[in-house]
Amino acid sequence: MFLINCPFCGEREQSEFKAGGEAHIVRPKQPTELSDDEWAEYLFMRKNIKGVQFERWNHVHGCRKWFNMVRDTSNDQIKAVYKMGEKPPVE
Amino acid sequence: MTNNLRFKTSRFIDETYRISFKFNNKTYFGFKGDTLASALLANGIHLVGRSFKYHRPRGIMTSGSEEPNAIIQLNDNSSRTEPNVRATEVEIYEGLVASSQNCWPSVNFDVGGINNLLSPILPAGFYYKTFMWPASFWEKYEYFIRKSAGLGKSPKVADPDIYEHHYMHCDVLVIGGGISGIMAAKMAAKNGFKTLLVEEKSYLGGSSIYDNSEFSKINNQITSSWLEKEINEISKLENLEIKTRTSVAAYHGYNFLLARENLTDHLPISQRENKVRQRLLKIRAKKVITATGSIERPLIFDNNDRPGIMLSSAIKKYIDLYGVACGENNILFTNNDTAYETAMSLIQRGIKINAIIDNREQIDSKISYEVEKNNIKIYKGYSVVDTYGYRRINKISIMKLSKDGQTVIGDKTKLNCDCLGLSGGWTPAVHLFTQSGGKLKFREEDQVFIPNVYPSDQISIGSCNGDFSLDEIIKNTLSSIKKFLDIDNSEYKTIETISGLNQSKRNIWLLPSDKSIGKTKSFVDYQNDATAKDIKLALREGFRSIEHVKRYTTTGMGTDQGKLGNMHALGIISETAGTKMGEHGTTTFRPPYTPLTFGTIVGRNVGEFFDIFRRTPIHDWHVANNAEFENVGQWKRAWYYPKDNENMHQAVQRESKAARDSAGILDASTLGKIDIQGTDASEFLNRVYTNAWSKLAVGKCRYGLMLNEDGMVYDDGVTTRLGENHYIMTTTTGGAANVLGKLEDYLQTEWPELDVYLSSVTDHYATISVCGPNSKKIVSKVIPDLDLSDEKFPHMSFKNAKINNIKCRVMRISFTGEHSYEINIQANFGKSVWEKCMEAGKDFNITPYGTETMHLLRAEKGFIIVGQDTDATLTPIDLQMDWIVSKKKYDFIGKRSLYRSDTIREDRKQLVGLLTENPEEVLEEGAQIVADIKKSPIEMLGHVTSSYYSPNLKKSIALGVVKGGKNMLGQKLIIPMENKNINVTVADPVFLDKEGERLNAKL
Ligand SMILES: [Zn+2]
Repeated sequence: MFLINCPFCGEREQSEFKAGGEAHIVRPKQPTELSDDEWAEYLFMRKNIKGVQFERWNHVHGCRKWFNMVRDTSNDQIKAVYKMGEKPPVE
Repeated sequence: MTNNLRFKTSRFIDETYRISFKFNNKTYFGFKGDTLASALLANGIHLVGRSFKYHRPRGIMTSGSEEPNAIIQLNDNSSRTEPNVRATEVEIYEGLVASSQNCWPSVNFDVGGINNLLSPILPAGFYYKTFMWPASFWEKYEYFIRKSAGLGKSPKVADPDIYEHHYMHCDVLVIGGGISGIMAAKMAAKNGFKTLLVEEKSYLGGSSIYDNSEFSKINNQITSSWLEKEINEISKLENLEIKTRTSVAAYHGYNFLLARENLTDHLPISQRENKVRQRLLKIRAKKVITATGSIERPLIFDNNDRPGIMLSSAIKKYIDLYGVACGENNILFTNNDTAYETAMSLIQRGIKINAIIDNREQIDSKISYEVEKNNIKIYKGYSVVDTYGYRRINKISIMKLSKDGQTVIGDKTKLNCDCLGLSGGWTPAVHLFTQSGGKLKFREEDQVFIPNVYPSDQISIGSCNGDFSLDEIIKNTLSSIKKFLDIDNSEYKTIETISGLNQSKRNIWLLPSDKSIGKTKSFVDYQNDATAKDIKLALREGFRSIEHVKRYTTTGMGTDQGKLGNMHALGIISETAGTKMGEHGTTTFRPPYTPLTFGTIVGRNVGEFFDIFRRTPIHDWHVANNAEFENVGQWKRAWYYPKDNENMHQAVQRESKAARDSAGILDASTLGKIDIQGTDASEFLNRVYTNAWSKLAVGKCRYGLMLNEDGMVYDDGVTTRLGENHYIMTTTTGGAANVLGKLEDYLQTEWPELDVYLSSVTDHYATISVCGPNSKKIVSKVIPDLDLSDEKFPHMSFKNAKINNIKCRVMRISFTGEHSYEINIQANFGKSVWEKCMEAGKDFNITPYGTETMHLLRAEKGFIIVGQDTDATLTPIDLQMDWIVSKKKYDFIGKRSLYRSDTIREDRKQLVGLLTENPEEVLEEGAQIVADIKKSPIEMLGHVTSSYYSPNLKKSIALGVVKGGKNMLGQKLIIPMENKNINVTVADPVFLDKEGERLNAKL
């Protein structure tokens, strides 16, 4: 079970958090101007990497803030956490 | 009873404290300090159970948690009964009752033993091969298989004991209180680390605490006395917490571990009342030191499973720790030096050793010379090829091993014995290390897997790290811990060790036999009766992956997870397949390391705490008024209120009629309520709902539909504009938490520029809905100051009001199609306002109704329930709710998906009304809808989502989803049921008052 360093609260048990899928997928500003394929790309396509992955997490049973996490899915090592809107730390 | 098996030499046994216990209905005696196993052995009992498949007699094999055979039923026929308990771990107490499992009628005469004779037709995979086809026969076979197999009996009544969960945090966790664990704990605690030491046994010191041999010394003292002083010292350290009888069950990532602490199982039953039996410790450690020791390996040869055949180290422990001789005429069979330590322990007490059979040709160690000096015959380069004796071993036969160890040669010699000790070397207990995600490496020279790559801040020390000699254990523990904790002072001055043992070993995974393999029974997994022959058969049949071989042969799948035999299984596989050890990997060790009771797992979450439920502020009234309840999410909602022995149908018919004829009252407090404020609140609602919100006037209410980004209906509810920048949104009961989460997600991640604040206020308000033609009269009595005229208070509007000076919000909204009001008041006044409404409605036959009637009333009106009529595959267009989708709005969640090629298909499932040919026939919800039953396969067009008998329309009504249903109005369809086909007609989903006359009637 992870120990997650919430950028707002500090280290907390994984059971307080909810995972929210791949990070840095921005909702298109003008969805109506997208083709079916472009919209489907935004809506459905996710990478699901074995290795270093950028993810969204929510401190759902805590401050309820969303934040980003860099996690190696092959060994569950959390490399970094950072707030929404912040640039991911350079690898 | 005089007993020549008990030696008064052990300081761990209190001979002044005699304990009586029952085993298989006979009374025996033991002493305080005994385990059930040691007490039985002291009484000369080896045979304690029957094996799983062949029902072969089995005896006590080990002295610890790795025991495969001596698993017993504890406290049979009581509420505290527990199956699959290892006799080697049970500390005896006054009143203990234990019995053998898996035998009938008795362990000495067992009918299932016939399986042993049938064994040539019970090979690996037998159950799969024989009983799985034809599939329809499985039910018949299963009954007999379960009856004749089965390990133990589960209790039939609730567990009377108390269990709890407990969080612990420490700098350093040391797992295992053997010699290296004790040294590590001392070094950590003395260097300022907050340390926790856990040990599964009742005492500290591991096997060294009873090592009184002259052949292993530390600083010129007998190992046990040196260690005792160490234990004495650490027990006084402030920084160190020690927990014995505590077994680590699971080692998860990020150094999160679960351990079971046993608090009362060793006490006489009379002293257990009101005490916590077991605790599940949830340990979060900054650093973990694993010192879990090693498990002795048996040797694999024909008939290596008879009662009286044990691990050599167990024989040593029983005599040294418990003062119990396992036999009077012993033989030891070994491939390494540790058996000679057992020999010395027996020799010291004058217990007869008939011979030592050693696989090795050359034996060159001080301890072996000493044994030889005591006139013990050592057969060097020999192997046991067979054993004899049914309920107890009485003879073995031995033969010389060939040079390469692949065959046996020469003559067969028979030797008498009543106990045979096996020593096949040692397997590091790496279970917890691998559970944590650690990677192993294979060490060729002594054929062991040892820790290689650590996934977290942890280290393995002592024999679980592959250090077997006393010298290595101490030296490496000191240096590793210094490095691991980054400390200068090891707390130990020079430590000198002396050992008479040599580390040489002749490893042969499957010992050769003079018989062909097909005629042997060389057990690899004792508990599951998996033999070397079975493993070879699996390989012959093409299995290669160790995980597949394991499942096919069931090797390692017992309650002991193959702690003894897994290595041999791997060895036999690689020898047979001609591959290198480690190439096939090892099987995965999964938590728990030793079985946990259900009590420990659930802790205090039993009874009403098992699944916590939420009550509305009016709950007590519902209970007092005979309501039946329904679970909706975590809520208990009043379902219906039966009167005078009414069944549900009768109650619902009465409630539904009353609500339309006069007045009904519903507790709607469970609906989710989200308070929305901020200068961008209207814009925010525009983006999350399909319809437009900017023009909604203050004081007005509007129904909204919320989609997922994929265009599918997600939630719905009425939202009221309380002020310029202030709304209150209602959600479905079950969807409340998720809707709030989704809205927060968009606000925080996609639209952080919006000035909007969300707050869940579901629990703050009680919501009482009064509906029906007389609702206006009732509400005007409850809130006389409120002007209820249609001009001042029209449908879909809201007013602030006061009841006895308590502020409340009243909405004129309707989910039933009737004129109705919703009173929202501070939760703690909910019940009294409800009672006020009941009082005011007395003259109008005000009728409380539950969720079932609510569902019926809304179905008459064709209103959907998200989650019942929808299932995340329906768009608003599919629901024929095009009217709620704004064409003007540039964007809202899910808009773009509404015209994807898939969502604009004409033949999507669409919501329709269904009327049965026979108006009395009520459809089953979930029933399939078809058009043509003659053509096979029959095409499924959809299913029924809601179905009721409407007392107001006096006919059966239903909603359903049907492919292309939108254009099928009036068409005949069929609902095929088990015993009949029901004819239905597709209808408008609004069955009652389509024009809204009831809603807008002048009252
Ligand atoms: Zn937080």
